[in-house]
Amino acid sequence: LVFTEEDKYGLYSDLLFKYFLAEGVVCGHDLFVASAKEHPDNILKELPAPLLDDTYRKELGDEAAAAKSEDFQDSMKIAWRYQNLPKMEASPTTYTKFGHYYDVSKKMSPELCQSVKLHSFYLHEELSSEPKMKTCNMNSAYARLLQSIQRIISQEGFDGSDPQKKQRNVLRIGIQSLGSVLWGDDVCCSYTPEDTHSLTKFLYVLRGLLRKSLSACIITVPAHLIQNKAIMERVTNLSDMVVGLESFIGSERETNPLYKDYHGLVHVHQIPRLNSLICDVSDTKDLAFRLKRKLFTIERLHLPPDLSDTVSRASKQDLAGSAKLLSSGCGAMAIGKKHLDF
Amino acid sequence: QGKFTLLRDTRTDGSFLVHHFLSFYLRAGCKVCFVALLQSFSHYNIVAQKLGVNLAAAKKQGQLIFLEGLKSCLDLLFGGEEQPGQPSPLQFLSTSDLRALFDFVRVSLAPADGDSWKGPVLLVDDLSVLLSLGAAPVAVLDFIHYCRVSVCCQLKGNVVVLVHSNEDSEDEENELVVNSLCHHSDLILWAEGLATGFCKDVHGQIKIIKRLSLRQAAAQDLVQIYQYKIQDRNVTFFARGLSAAVL
Repeated sequence: LVFTEEDKYGLYSDLLFKYFLAEGVVCGHDLFVASAKEHPDNILKELPAPLLDDTYRKELGDEAAAAKSEDFQDSMKIAWRYQNLPKMEASPTTYTKFGHYYDVSKKMSPELCQSVKLHSFYLHEELSSEPKMKTCNMNSAYARLLQSIQRIISQEGFDGSDPQKKQRNVLRIGIQSLGSVLWGDDVCCSYTPEDTHSLTKFLYVLRGLLRKSLSACIITVPAHLIQNKAIMERVTNLSDMVVGLESFIGSERETNPLYKDYHGLVHVHQIPRLNSLICDVSDTKDLAFRLKRKLFTIERLHLPPDLSDTVSRASKQDLAGSAKLLSSGCGAMAIGKKHLDF
Repeated sequence: QGKFTLLRDTRTDGSFLVHHFLSFYLRAGCKVCFVALLQSFSHYNIVAQKLGVNLAAAKKQGQLIFLEGLKSCLDLLFGGEEQPGQPSPLQFLSTSDLRALFDFVRVSLAPADGDSWKGPVLLVDDLSVLLSLGAAPVAVLDFIHYCRVSVCCQLKGNVVVLVHSNEDSEDEENELVVNSLCHHSDLILWAEGLATGFCKDVHGQIKIIKRLSLRQAAAQDLVQIYQYKIQDRNVTFFARGLSAAVL
């Protein structure tokens, strides 16, 4: 269960959402798209087109070749401790066979879209039918969505209930803007919402459905609107993977020279620890994303070298403060911006 | 025997402790009732196999009674009509009443004829989920209290419970439950993420608090702190600052 905290204007989380669905189409998985905001068919018309392996590899290859010729392996004299660190790899130069790349400037062709089975749930169309299951005091929109998902899972045999079916496929579920007012939940509206448990109950039942079937799910939630942080903590505990997108649009970070190459930060709050004592923890937790003309990339955040002499003391302290915030990673909440006093 | 152990985690995942206790008690030959609310049976099974215990076999022999919360919840919501006289242990989803869950625990650990297992053990993973599912904090505390009376006092067994907590948490209900349980525990194992942030070689620190003050009036609690690193089949503990990567 991948839980994504939306960025303020929803631009980038929508993009991530579409990537998830596009990957499903390319892999031939079945899709289930639920939304209260826009009709799922419209969402599907806007999926990015997959990049054919050849063209992308060529592009990447050119970039990598250029980079390599520049930094010739000079042995470091002063900062020799850093010699042993792997060279900064901003973008994946060794393309693994896992996943595909997409071109954001082009839309996926309708033939490709239609090659997979799509199940959609558009809240405003479903409001007429009554839920037939016990709702357990859950918001009725959520209850209907759960019922719909459960029906698809059992009808199409994703839970292994149909032994006749030889080819087992994966169901990719995407739910957009859960918890927003459009779903009838007031958890985003006030500090003390009337129904504090609908969202968490929904996630729990969804988790049960996912564990029981061959499916994966991405949910985007406008977390910046949820004022009751207790609910966010509970939701984090109930999800396998929690990723937050923070875009720089409209915030003071947009003009901060530290972040001039990027459009936003990626916060990985939690990674799945399934079927094992350990989890796959990457080396770094500082990730940032940028939206180039054709590609949406997530890369390690590296600070540009601080070369200017005219940087005033105040902003240097700011940079140092924010660098400290970044490097403390998601293992600890930042213990306040400590200004370095000299 | 008759001890209440609290597993607590902050800023990190303390589930490795749950896996440890599960395999520990099964290997010791105890009858275990495991209320697993957050993960599926196969998850625990796969990890337990790495630790050398076969959960499926234990379940078959009646040594392990496993309540798979996620599955029971689906049965409750999407299943057919309930059989009268057999309420689902997860009934609190609709009624906020944890009595059915307690009855399940009590019945599972009641000594049956032909049982040759040593002391009963109740293991809960994890209690904080009950709050997310609509149970009131007082109801959760009552549930634990009833379990203690039944398992620790009457059956002379042990209870091990996992809770999550956070510094500066805004989840007051959870903090209430956790603080209250801390006061009533015999042993607290508190896994914390490092305050300095994420580190590849040291995954966290564990505080072991033996609450001697609970049973004896003048005694002091014994606190020990170690750091740990989780590996595929094992967790290594070492004194603070002495991780293998540093030496």
